[in-house]
Amino acid sequence: MSRRSEGSTIASNRIIADHTPEVGERKSAIDRKLLTYNKRQFTENVTGRFIAMACAGLLVVVVLSITYFIASKGLSTFLINGVSLGEFLTGVKWDPEGEPAVYGVLPFILGSFLVTLLAALIAAPLGIGAAIFMTEIFPGFGKKVLKPVIELLVGIPSVVYGYVGLTLLVPFIREQFDVLGFSLLAGGLVLALMILPTITSVATDAIEAVPQDLRNASLALGATRWQTIWNVVLHSALPGCLTAVVLGMARAFGEALAVQMVIGNTTKLPGGLLDPISTLTSGITLNMGNTIQGTPYNNALWSMALLLLLMSFVFIMILRILGRKKLVNK
Amino acid sequence: MRAKVLDRTATVVLTLIALLIVGTLVGLLGFILSQGWHKLTLDFLTSAPDIVNAGGGVGPQLFNSIYLLVLTMLIALPLGIGAGIYMAEYAPDNKFTQFIRLSIEVLSSLPSIVVGLFGLLVFVNMTGWGYSLLSGALALTVFNFPLLVRITEDALRNVPRSQKEASLALGITKWRTIVSVILPAALPGIITGVILASGRVFGEAAALLFTAGMSSPNLNFTDFSLNSPTSPLNPFRPAETLAVHIWKVNSEGLTPDARDVADGAAAILVLAVLLFNLGARWFGSWLYKKMTSGTN
Repeated sequence: MSRRSEGSTIASNRIIADHTPEVGERKSAIDRKLLTYNKRQFTENVTGRFIAMACAGLLVVVVLSITYFIASKGLSTFLINGVSLGEFLTGVKWDPEGEPAVYGVLPFILGSFLVTLLAALIAAPLGIGAAIFMTEIFPGFGKKVLKPVIELLVGIPSVVYGYVGLTLLVPFIREQFDVLGFSLLAGGLVLALMILPTITSVATDAIEAVPQDLRNASLALGATRWQTIWNVVLHSALPGCLTAVVLGMARAFGEALAVQMVIGNTTKLPGGLLDPISTLTSGITLNMGNTIQGTPYNNALWSMALLLLLMSFVFIMILRILGRKKLVNK
Repeated sequence: MRAKVLDRTATVVLTLIALLIVGTLVGLLGFILSQGWHKLTLDFLTSAPDIVNAGGGVGPQLFNSIYLLVLTMLIALPLGIGAGIYMAEYAPDNKFTQFIRLSIEVLSSLPSIVVGLFGLLVFVNMTGWGYSLLSGALALTVFNFPLLVRITEDALRNVPRSQKEASLALGITKWRTIVSVILPAALPGIITGVILASGRVFGEAAALLFTAGMSSPNLNFTDFSLNSPTSPLNPFRPAETLAVHIWKVNSEGLTPDARDVADGAAAILVLAVLLFNLGARWFGSWLYKKMTSGTN
């Protein structure tokens, strides 16, 4: 707006003030500009909104098409190749190249669950402990040192974790226990290290959200710091801490390469901590490239991928239920 | 008395846990960098890998990783920012918005191998491109999409309401307000997040195994046409990235110095992550100061 038109506005306002009956007829330049319909801005406003909405809609499209494509491929094992679902899920023998071929994926499923559970058992106490340390015991050191460290750990690529497991952990286990080294234990430890930062940062948020009043009340009653943490803080942050652990488990369950490098990849039922095992992800990673699209063997791998997908839906459901709990507590 | 002893024990244990975590990171970084340090020569960084003999480098892989990151961000950034704008500024509180939120959750918790397999079906087989950079970039876009939406949405929501209200009160349309007032104010947050997300893309491997492929053709670094099969810039050629290379030389490598090559590549990846991390912090706060005329 130029100075001149500003002047004219003031002038026209004065005119309006002087001759009240003529208000409707004498619109100032600004009035005209404000009241007339600006086509360019209107179009821009509508298209902008539409583009933003299309981008958000794309998220839905992607999720639906992932579900559709993986499911249609994964179900063909049962619909086209005629493998029975019960046999597939509970069979303990995996011999897709044998005569007749046998597709029992229980060893993979058990392997995935065991390695995930082991990782969570190791990482949950450490992660929640670190979160308590960061918020309750030593916030200064926690914020300045521990938090950046945790953020860096999140950023390290999973292949690098797997590689370190392969060069440090596997030989160490081999020498200590006089076994192969590639094992459930190695996989669990590598995954624990990988999910530790996830658990720590989510648990930290949950603990920080506990109102200070609760702590003060407990301390005023004469409780020690640990009693306050254990009985009050952890108690009210429990859903958040569980969310942290489940998030970590979801990550561990779906991790492919780091696990594949250290667990040995033998398809028998896991017997002990030091036994080499297989997981759903490692089975897919190793064989998807070597099998021909459309063969029953290949389709069985897609069914395993479908299991992974369904499992991540289950994890999300658990997370949603935990999230609702948190709201109720507040 | 028992309560006090317990309190002290707990403090000691928790401190030990914190030290253990810091120690693990320092040990991890120290191990990777000390193992790979001697490999970080210009020759290793620029020469092509050797399939049978020792002495190969990771030049093409390094280039592929960077190029793939650029391609991915070119596709994913506009989509992520667009969807972030919708979620922060437009999304009404209804069933559709809830469904989008659910989709974001699902996408961000999908195993990356599943994203890779989806990419194999759709971007590799259905498009007929085969293993290619573009398929890899699209798979990584799917992988990165929810993260970018979250980053943008959070950054936009952190912009003070008064700025938006001031702009709207001046009679500026909502879209103009978003583009020329809110988005610039949210830029430092968005950029910090995007750099961190880039670090994730740089190290991702599982989603790329079956989309960008596990091989790299002989590249001719003087040929920059987009459709020659040996051109480094051709988006339709297969491209093995650094992270995939680490996995490959360990699981099916034939060279006698596979361990050495993996050491070097791991060191590069970790250095890149450190750079991305520090870069994000530094650049974000620099930009924030620059834009808000902060003093120190």
